[in-house]
This record gives sequence, structure tokens and C-alpha cells, in this order.
Amino acid sequence: MISPPETRVPLWRDDRFWKIVFQIVVAAFVIGILSLFIYNLNANLQRVGLRFTFGFLTNSAGFSIGETLIEYSPSNTYIRALLVGVFNTLRVILAGFVLTTLLGVIAGIASFSDNWLLRKISLVYVEIVRNVPLLLQLIFWYFPVFLSLPPSREQLEVLNFMYMSTTGIYLPWPAMDLSFWLSFGLLVGLGCAAWIVSKQRTQAMVEQAASGRSQLIALLVMAGVALLLVLVGFHWEIPQSPQPGQVQGGLRLSLEYSAILVGLVVYTGAFIAEIVRGGIQAVSKGQWEAARSLGLAPGHVMQLVVFPQAMRVIIPPLNSQYMNLAKNSSLALVIGYPDVFSVASTTLNQTGRPVEVFILLMSTYLLINLLISLLMNRLNQAVQFKER
Amino acid sequence: MTATSPSAPLSPLDFQHSPVAWVRKNLFNNWFNSLLTLVLGSLILWVAYSFLNWAFTLAQWQVIPANMSLYLVGRYPSDQYWRLWVLLSMISLLSGLTWGLWSRHVSMLFSRGALIGLGLAAVLAILAPTTASYRLLIVGIVLLCAFGAWVGRWLAQQLKTLGRWISLAWFLSFFVTLWLMLGGLGLSRVSTNDWGGLMLTLFMSVISIVLSFPFGVILALGRQSMLPVIRWLSTIYIELIRGVPLISILFMGQVMIPLFLPEGMRPDRVLRAIVGLTLFTAAYLAENVRAGLQAVPRGQLEAARSLGLNAPLTLSLIVLPQAIKIAIPAIVGQFISLFQDTTLVSIVGLLELLGISRSILANPEFLGRYGEVYLFIGLIYWFFCYAMSVGSRKLEEKLNTER
Repeated sequence: MISPPETRVPLWRDDRFWKIVFQIVVAAFVIGILSLFIYNLNANLQRVGLRFTFGFLTNSAGFSIGETLIEYSPSNTYIRALLVGVFNTLRVILAGFVLTTLLGVIAGIASFSDNWLLRKISLVYVEIVRNVPLLLQLIFWYFPVFLSLPPSREQLEVLNFMYMSTTGIYLPWPAMDLSFWLSFGLLVGLGCAAWIVSKQRTQAMVEQAASGRSQLIALLVMAGVALLLVLVGFHWEIPQSPQPGQVQGGLRLSLEYSAILVGLVVYTGAFIAEIVRGGIQAVSKGQWEAARSLGLAPGHVMQLVVFPQAMRVIIPPLNSQYMNLAKNSSLALVIGYPDVFSVASTTLNQTGRPVEVFILLMSTYLLINLLISLLMNRLNQAVQFKER
Repeated sequence: MTATSPSAPLSPLDFQHSPVAWVRKNLFNNWFNSLLTLVLGSLILWVAYSFLNWAFTLAQWQVIPANMSLYLVGRYPSDQYWRLWVLLSMISLLSGLTWGLWSRHVSMLFSRGALIGLGLAAVLAILAPTTASYRLLIVGIVLLCAFGAWVGRWLAQQLKTLGRWISLAWFLSFFVTLWLMLGGLGLSRVSTNDWGGLMLTLFMSVISIVLSFPFGVILALGRQSMLPVIRWLSTIYIELIRGVPLISILFMGQVMIPLFLPEGMRPDRVLRAIVGLTLFTAAYLAENVRAGLQAVPRGQLEAARSLGLNAPLTLSLIVLPQAIKIAIPAIVGQFISLFQDTTLVSIVGLLELLGISRSILANPEFLGRYGEVYLFIGLIYWFFCYAMSVGSRKLEEKLNTER
């Protein structure tokens, strides 16, 4: 039934009216609660004689920070202290992304291995790690594992290039000199060239049924040069120990950093392994069979056919795992690694300004997560089906 | 086309069932796998040997039984333990009844899996490092659960409305729980500062789960809403909470909630932690429910409308049940991570399972017994989380009506 347009619906029977009223009521409710909170906050802050201002940030911080990437001393400002914290957080997050992706992808692919032992190890790893709280795992890595390393006089030596003791873990690391940066630049150029050559090779193989041998040789030469660059050009510094308790050269990782990194990587890796496993399972069985019937070797089936297709399923949930890793890095506070959260909480204790510190802290994490999201969305667009 | 067949077909059964053939096929089928098996096998043996060596020679397990009551209930006064036993019996009886109700159409109530579970619980109770009377109590509670299941099934077949009564009983049990734990009304008061251990962990996670669920559903609906104000408010809330770490929200709960309230109003510490956990979980839950809402076919909505259902009825009878069913695995996953996240309240000074362990380790008598304590509580956490994930898988199979 269609009512004639001239009959007016009474206001209280009009759907649109109630929709608007409902929205106004909800908005008024939320605004009311927020303003009540802010009113109380103001009153409470005035009672203790504090004003909302970020001016305290330029005061001298007065506390020292265990490890810093940029120069810092206790006489520096709070801003600088927080910046040190941000850099420390980024150091964990960036290394964590690389290592956890490696671990997760390896563990995920391992669950499809035809080696029974490897499959079971992957399964047990995922089931144990996912069902134990991260905080407990971090504490476990720090206290019973890393802190039980021998004192520096009885340091552990691994194959003559790695030293471990309570003062830290020493790894070989490229000396950051001119030679390193030159080789690094060359390496990047080489990578671009190799990418172009391999594209050409595929094109030639697909369109002209060429063997692609000349390009293959070129690629092999490039790989050889790259290997040489990494081995020689990077100017690796190998830690040396002239006498027990003294280690020179190389990269020193503190126990706190190692514990938070290992804990986060192992924990997030298990989740990524599950994502990778699900992604590979989502590739239809016909793809496996088609690839096998073309005569591809088992490794190539995974590498050329299955995994690129699985990537489309894997990337979106990976985004949230990376964001989780970034947020979970705040737990470094518990084992005493000076990340931005722990510096901020020291600042909070010293200045007694919760509002300002929380605003700064939350915007830092929001910004980091926003950046991760943006980058991952770009990546996601790159691997999705190109629909024509 | 002619099919090519191998000249001498092997019997597949013979080939698969001999253990030597199995080992050869699964562990040593080519040189790479053989090498891998050898390396991994020796690694596993080495790890197992060092662990057993540590566990039986170096470790001092005395720290576990000596502090058993602390791990379980924290500093709850020991002369009031009977209240917790009453609480435990009530909950196990109710769970038994619910189990019986759910399996009223199953021919065998005590299937093999259930029997194994009950037997395992009883064996654990007998092996538990407590006094004889407590062991008897635990066995009694396990029996009570089984008895409840039996009664529940019998009652459910007689009384069609039993489901409603049990829901009501669960609802009321919450208030009884609060009364038993907190005291008042004839019982002596126990401050929440004395709550701790596994009891506090379970209490916080159950309460936060129950509270965050409706809040999350409302937020999910809000984010899907046609009304711009509602949609924007929900989206801002969800994205803001999801963008920051839980620990910052818990800290805010402890530091900022008293500032947001009028002078002199200072909510309990446990309550503040629960508020933080709930606000946090609701945002994540909302995203899970939203994914479920998006997966409900549009035809369902249109069919409901064309039957003349209004918007609230369409939502509550047609769309939400289907959406939540789709979202169940994700929701259970969220609850598992909420259970794990309760460890974070130890950072803000509450003595839940992890917090009490840290305070036990601060005791000079048990200094340096990290490995033993953390392994023990890790096992407790693992047990609960693993049970939840297995339960969720079972539930998923049961709810999968499409097969």
C-alpha cells in the first residue's frame, strides 16, 4: 500500500525523527560524561596545584638510562629522555619484525614438511607458546634463562666469534665505516639489477620459450659479487677477547634487550606460523597437483606456486600481528629495558603529571601503529590479484 | 587414452603398516630429510637430557608445595577457606547441571572422553600436594559435578523450562560468589587486597569476559550503524583502544580513574583493573563481532524485513545469532588472550597468579628459584588456555550446521 504523498506522518511515527533524536541523545550522553570527567580532572588537578602544560618537558630529566642509541646524559631534558626511549622501542620493533617473520614463516612451512619430526616440532612450538602468557614468557627468558649466564670471567664462547656472559652478548657486526656503506650501496644497486634481469628472464622464457641460460649466468655472477661484498666489503668486526672478562669489537646486546627481543620474536612467531599455515592451507589442492604434474621439484612447488598465492591470505592478518608486536614491546618495562613506556613511567613518577605523559605515550603508540598499518596496506595492495 | 600402470603394484597396506617403512617414509626419505632428522633428533635428546638433569638434580621443588595456598588463593585468610570450598562446589554443581542439560539428547552421558576427563581430575586431586582432607574435598567436588550432570540430564528430559532456570541460577551465582568472596551480611569481611593467586586471575578474567561481551556487541553494531554519530563514536573508540598497549590502559585505570571521579571517590584496585581489562577487550571483541556481522548474507536481513520484523527484532532474532555463531572461534580466541592478559595486572601491583609468584620469589627463603616457580605457573596457564582452545574447536564443530 502506498499512502498518498500529501498525508503527513505525525512526528512521533516518523522514523527519521527518532533516528535524529537517538543520535542527539547518545552524543549528549557521551559529551556529558566526558565533560564531567574533564571537570573532575580539572578540580582534582587544581587541588594539588597542577596546571595542564607540557612545559615540564624542557626541564632536566635527572635520571640515567641504561642503554641509549643517541647521546644522552641525566642533565638532558625530558624530551630527549623520551626520544631515547622511542629509539629503544623502535630498535626492538624493527629487529623483531624481521626475526619474527623469519621464524613464523619457517615454522609455518615446516608444518607441511614431509619430515615427521619437523612437523611435530612446529606443532608443539605453536601449541606451547600460544597458550602461555607473553609476560610470563618474557620474565622466563630474562630471569631463569639470560640471567643464569655465567659471569664475565667465565664467559661462554661460541665457535670463537660469539661471547655470552652476564655483561651481554657479543656478536660479529659490520664496522660502520666507508667500506660498509659503499658495499651496502652497491648491494642495493645489484639487487635492483638482479630484479630487472630476473623479470626479463621470466618474460623471455614465457614469451619466446627461451632457455634463459644467459640471464641465469648473469644472475649467478651477481650473486657471487654480492656474496663477496657481504663477506669482505662489509668489514665484519669479530668480537675478540684478549683476556677473560674483556671483549672488544663487534656488537654488544644487553641481556634486557636480548630477553625482550627473543621473547617477543618467539611469541609472535607462533602466531605468524599459524597464519602462514592457514594461508598455505587456503591455496586450493589443485594448485599443488598442477604444479607437481608440471614436474616441479617439491621445494619449487612451495616457492613458485603455493607460497605466492598464500601471501594474499597471509598479509592482512600479519598486519595485526606486527601491531601486536609493537604494542607488546611496552612490556619491556618489566625486565628493565628502557623503552619509551618505561622512560615515560619514570617521567610520570618524577613529575606527577599523568595526563600529559599519557597523552604523549598514547600518541606515540598510535603513530607507530598507524605507520605499520599504512605500510602493510601498501604491501597488501601489491600482492593482491591484479584484476584486469 | 591409455592409462599407464606400474608393472608390479605394491600392496599399499603392507607398505604403510610396517614400522620400518613408516620411519623410512617419514623420517629418512631423502638425504636432506635424513640429515634433518639426525640434527633435530640429537637436539631434542640434548634438550630433554639437560631439562631432566636440571629437574631431578638441581631444581628444588620445595617452593611449590610450600606455597600452594598462596598460588591458589593468595593471602585469603585461612579460617575463611570454607567459603571458597562452598563457592567451588556451587560452581561445579552448576557446571554439571549445564553439562547435563546440553547433553540431554545424547544417549551416553558419560562418554569415553568425559570419563577420561573425570578420571584425570580425580587422579590429579589424589596426587595433588595437599593434605588428605583437601584431597577428599576435591574428589567430592569432581563427583558432585558428575552427579549434577546426571541429575541435569534427567531433569531436562522431564522439565522443558530447565534451561531458563539454570540461566537464572548462573546469574544469581554471580552475586552469591561476590558475597562469599567479599563477605558482609553475616560473613566476616575480606578485603580485595587479600585476594590473589589463581582465584583472582579466574575472577578477573571471568568478570571481564562477561562484561566485555555485551559492550563489544554494542560497539560492533554501532560501527555498522547507518547513523553517522553512532558510527563515528564507535569507530573512534575501537581504533583508539586498539592502537595502544593494554598496559598503558591498565596504568591509566590505576592513575587516571581516581582523577576522573569526584574528590574522595576511589574505586577498589581490583575493580579498576577489571574496568581496564573490560574496556580493552570490548574493542577487540567488537572487531570480531563485526567480522561476523559482515559475513551474514544480506538476504537474511532482507528476508527478515520482508516478513515484517522491525529493526530491533531483525537484529536480535536473525542477524546477531548468526553473526555471533560465525564469530565464535575468534571470540574464544579473544577470551584466551584476555585470560593471558590478566598477568599484566601484576605490573600495577595486584597479586594474581604471576604477581604472587613474583612476591614468593622475593622471599629470601626462595631466592633464585625462578625456573621452578615460572614453570609451575606456566603449566597452569597452559592448561587453562589449551582447554579453552580445545573446547572452542569442539563447539565450532557442533555449531557447524552446514555440514
